[in-house]
Amino acid sequence: MKAADFDYAAPRTLDDALALLARDDGAARPVAGSQSLGPMLNLRLAQPGLLVDITRIPELRDIAVDGDALVVGACVTHARLEDGGYPDPTGGVPARVAAGIAYRAVRNRGTIGGSLAHADPAADWVAALTALGADVIVAGPHGRRSVAMADFIVGAFETDLRPGEIIAAVRIPALSERARWGYVKVCRKTGEFSHATGAVLADPGRGVARCVVAAASGRPVVLDDPRLLADAAARDAAVAARLGGDPAAIRPHLVALRRAVAQVTP
Amino acid sequence: MNQHARTISLTVNGHAVTAAVAPRTHLADFLREQRLLTGTHLGCEHGVCGACTILIDGEPARSCITYAVACDGRSVTTVEGLDADPLAAELRDAFSAEHGLQCGFCTPGMLVAARDVVQRLPDADDAAVRVAMSGNLCRCTGYVGIVNAIRRVLDARKPRPE
Ligand SMILES: Cc1cc2nc3c(=O)[nH]c(=O)nc-3n(C[C@H](O)[C@H](O)[C@H](O)COP(=O)(O)OP(=O)(O)OC[C@H]3O[C@@H](n4cnc5c(N)ncnc54)[C@H](O)[C@@H]3O)c2cc1C
Ligand code: FES
Ligand code: FES
Repeated sequence: MKAADFDYAAPRTLDDALALLARDDGAARPVAGSQSLGPMLNLRLAQPGLLVDITRIPELRDIAVDGDALVVGACVTHARLEDGGYPDPTGGVPARVAAGIAYRAVRNRGTIGGSLAHADPAADWVAALTALGADVIVAGPHGRRSVAMADFIVGAFETDLRPGEIIAAVRIPALSERARWGYVKVCRKTGEFSHATGAVLADPGRGVARCVVAAASGRPVVLDDPRLLADAAARDAAVAARLGGDPAAIRPHLVALRRAVAQVTP
Repeated sequence: MNQHARTISLTVNGHAVTAAVAPRTHLADFLREQRLLTGTHLGCEHGVCGACTILIDGEPARSCITYAVACDGRSVTTVEGLDADPLAAELRDAFSAEHGLQCGFCTPGMLVAARDVVQRLPDADDAAVRVAMSGNLCRCTGYVGIVNAIRRVLDARKPRPE
């Protein structure tokens, strides 16, 4: 349970971090809160040559409103999002999601960017930011690019990040006054990773009616169809068609989504 | 010494410390083996059990999945550093009065987490205490005594009507 040997650097600027990560032997790896990478290092599932700690780069820790979006720096912790106290054009959704992640001691260090880069199919930000229609701002040796959440998560533990790139921020679109948010994790124990997640965003003001099923085996299932909010049978059928497999195994997902839909249905 | 060793300066239980650490050394091993502060216990070493919970800049954290090298410039407080803390003293009394411990293995992490709960959630009911303490596992007590101990401290701190 002790990590293999590695080197460590804590650059103060994004450019310095990108320069360190540009090593072409692939042995350099970013680290943020180390709340997912730490267990992997201790179990020796990961054995990087160099860890580049990006948490001391001020611009990655900003939370700001930019136009019609909330922009959250990659190194913002779950606890900071949980506690609020920042301008929030989504009406409290990030705080609610963050409060349900792991335990306070983990939330104090774990970050939104680290969670997305790790891309555990059961991770809360993977599900919630997909439902919110967020964009991931990626910084790399060739500048910045923006990737829609639905394209960013490619599979279980797989993202669209290319070698040398890091997540710089997440852009969450503002919700309209009438927006409703439903979010349900099925867990046996409080704070653990989800066994089945349902997330629903109903925002008639912006013409959004999205159901997301996550914590299955791969990328989240996204269903953009307003009829599915009212028609449970059609919804179950649509989810079953996308998840496939054993009907017993997909039941928790149908239940999670049904409960999330109930939260948005007045 | 390890070829990648770094010199870090931090505060441990109020004392300024400068030490060489290998980047792979997690904070709990640094505290236990280099600072001989063995009050911090290691159960799972992957973030799940909570035995290793300490404070970094006043906030609870897992010392098994936080590396010492990342704590340069920070202030770390272990259960030993809470000896003179009035809230920790109340919690220690309540844990013994309510049978909040048996073997004591989980207790250092429980005290650190419980102190955070009392400070952050002064109005917590028992269900909220259980949720907030769910990141700390105890094999002995069945949790009832732990929840009652925290309840006792929360209640004692509530302003009483004159
Ligand atoms: C006991 C326990 C329970 C947990 N329960 C939950 C839960 O219920 N729900 C949940 O969602 N999560 C849970 N987590 C995971 C937690 O949310 C982590 O904080 C998160 O997954 C990783 O964030 P981090 O900042 O710690 O990333 P790190 O561990 O530092 O890094 C994780 C990975 O991302 C890479 N990385 C980090 N930052 C960036 C970046 N900006 N750009 C590119 N790559 C980057 C690293 O190289 C690494 O591969 C749990 C963790 C623990 C220990
Ligand atoms: S030893 Fe750190 S959480 Fe178990
Ligand atoms: S008192 Fe023995 S593990 Fe909690």
